[in-house]
Amino acid sequence: MAAGVRAASSHHGRNFATARFGLALMMLVTPVVAGAAPALAQETPAVEKPAAAKPAAEKPATGAAESADTSANDTAKKPLVIPIVLARQLRDEPLPLSLLDLPPPDLGIAGAELAVKDNNTTGKFMNEKFTLDVIKEANPDKLIKDVVQKVDAGDHFILADVAPDTLLKMADTLANKDALIINYGAPDDRLRQEDCRADVVHTAPSRAMLADALAQYLIWKKWNKWFLVLGPQEKDKLYADALKRAAKRFGAKIVEERKFDYKPGSRRADGGYEQVQKQIPSFTQSAPDYDVLVVADEGNLFGDYLPYRTWDPRPVAGTAGLVAESWHPAIELWGGTQFQNRFKLMADRNMRPLDYNAWLGARMIGEAAFRTKSNKYKDMVAFMKSPKFELAGFKGVGLSLRDWDGQMRQPVLVAAPKLLVSVSPQPGFLHQSTVLDTLGFDKPETKCKAYKQ
Amino acid sequence: MRSKVGFALMLGVVAAVLMPARAAFAYIAFVTNEKDNSVSVIDTDKLEVIKTFKVGQRPRGLVLSKDAKWLIICTSDENLIQVYDTKTYKLVKTLPSGPDPELLTLHPSGNPLYVANENDNLVTVVDINSGKIITDIPVGVEPEGMGMSPDGKVLVNTSETTNMAHFIDTKTHKAFDNVLVDSRPRIARFNHAGTQLWVSSEVGGTVTVINPKDRKIIGKIHFEIPGITKEAIQPVGVQISKDDKIAFVALGPANRVAVVDTATLKVMKYLLVGQRVWHMAFTPDYKLLLTANGTSNDVSVIDVPRLKVIKSITVGRYPWGVVVAPF
Repeated sequence: MAAGVRAASSHHGRNFATARFGLALMMLVTPVVAGAAPALAQETPAVEKPAAAKPAAEKPATGAAESADTSANDTAKKPLVIPIVLARQLRDEPLPLSLLDLPPPDLGIAGAELAVKDNNTTGKFMNEKFTLDVIKEANPDKLIKDVVQKVDAGDHFILADVAPDTLLKMADTLANKDALIINYGAPDDRLRQEDCRADVVHTAPSRAMLADALAQYLIWKKWNKWFLVLGPQEKDKLYADALKRAAKRFGAKIVEERKFDYKPGSRRADGGYEQVQKQIPSFTQSAPDYDVLVVADEGNLFGDYLPYRTWDPRPVAGTAGLVAESWHPAIELWGGTQFQNRFKLMADRNMRPLDYNAWLGARMIGEAAFRTKSNKYKDMVAFMKSPKFELAGFKGVGLSLRDWDGQMRQPVLVAAPKLLVSVSPQPGFLHQSTVLDTLGFDKPETKCKAYKQ
Repeated sequence: MRSKVGFALMLGVVAAVLMPARAAFAYIAFVTNEKDNSVSVIDTDKLEVIKTFKVGQRPRGLVLSKDAKWLIICTSDENLIQVYDTKTYKLVKTLPSGPDPELLTLHPSGNPLYVANENDNLVTVVDINSGKIITDIPVGVEPEGMGMSPDGKVLVNTSETTNMAHFIDTKTHKAFDNVLVDSRPRIARFNHAGTQLWVSSEVGGTVTVINPKDRKIIGKIHFEIPGITKEAIQPVGVQISKDDKIAFVALGPANRVAVVDTATLKVMKYLLVGQRVWHMAFTPDYKLLLTANGTSNDVSVIDVPRLKVIKSITVGRYPWGVVVAPF
């Protein structure tokens, strides 16, 4: 799969090159023909790179009347600057099984970078400029200290991909400062529930949202009897809890629960399948009658061993097989193709859910700055949390923040490794205000006290 | 083909007897089928497909040349524009565009062609006779909608992720004003008098009406349909009647076309059409409006004077855009 994708993207690159070559040729000709040519010839090099890569030095487009003397206005019309900090806690985690799943070094960060480019393309017309400052740090205290330093220097917006406890500590340290943390990494429900914080919003879907999205599809499919397999990690238990909650909510039954005690070691050995081929059938043997095996293995450390190896011939869903996630590298719905292409052109790889979540976070900041025509913290945050806020995120509907816990409501993709299978909410799951709120903790279920209701 | 005269004569009789409100001359409509890589040809009098011909990969936006001899189609996955003969359906030539061309519009004089290239934030200006790119105009992220003022002086491009309508001077090829609209603007359409510009916002669920003179927003249209969720109301295509009194707005997965009074900006009526209705086109006499319905693979035919849907015509898979030739 990866090879195919790479080939496709380089093919694309060639087309691009040809188009550009033609353009360059053209430019040589134009000065003679067109009256506006000198200006054009100067500006056209910007075309050589995707527009977003252009330095913000490009003149913002202004009214026709003003355009004649923009040079005189350049100093007077300094763009409003909106700095964004991205804080990433480096964690020592075992590598996932599949070569396709190995994390790229810029995971998540590339999504934020694309959003900042997108923001700056619009910013040219709005006279606003966005910057991204990336802090990568393993030590949570040092990371928080660095973030606080940025906030004290006047930055207000922090995109965070950190452990839940780090997030809480960071939020508490920043509690009395003008700072908004946008959590794009942690799916933990407690961060939206009992441990929620007023100045934290979440573009990452919560585990409850992911599990509900998957459950709705399984119910729609009438696969109501689930065999739950969970891994030994703490986050596996949390995802299993979310699956159990979803089963109860939507009427599925967990007929069996087994723990897969896996000792993570080297993710591969020469060979390696021989033992797995024997191990998985015996592990899944003698289960009561079930429709689908649901697996909770967030680290992808064993779940991908399950499909095609279960004792009974059953589909696998959860964190392997059919998965619920915020993004998929093959989705082309709702104008997604252009978005995927733009990302690939920039990052030279496929967009992953974490990249998408970070893109949403940085685009939220852009949208708030454009709509309020301001770079002031209070204006922007008030707008983001207001009913007027709506973000187009290539999901066919506008995305907005829940006013009871700061979670971004969004459709969730239900997908197989190569293609989208469905999008939840599923037809028939109804809600009095928006069907998107059938995913995750709804207003009557909230335990979040920090958000005033 | 067949005898035009005899046909028209026969037609006149049929129209007089059966459907007085309908067109008395057969026009030919062309519909791009995005998934089939083909174009369906519809006889607008018989209201049936008379021919389907293969075109390049992923055909979407299309226009006719001023003399209606050429059908100009964005074949998006080939990163170019194909030109077909409207009588023989043969490929005449290809025109360059940037990557992933989607929508295009012609200058009222017949040349040049303006193309929105979603992948690189540019509007490309192409001379259709020489096949040369005249220039590229930098706009916002994911340019899409292309509206041309009736006098040809102003081109309005909408950018889907930047959420703006960019007003471009067709002489200088520069954006001279930018108006923020609701999320994911898809289409920009001037009325015939040039006094209103309509911009549809697919995700925002609204249509913004702008005064092209001062670029101030005249009003915003919201849509409410009983039994249809707010999320399913996604305005895309906009067409305005010949007398500028009525606008038609295609509402995507709401499967309806809204009929809007252009003076009050109030919705008068919703017409039920096929599924995921996007782009639309009038017959040259403005008596019929054809809508391309993406997910039901058909074209709905609206009788404009009576504001009624009179027929659904099955075409290829994922019909995207439609134009009607005056012959």
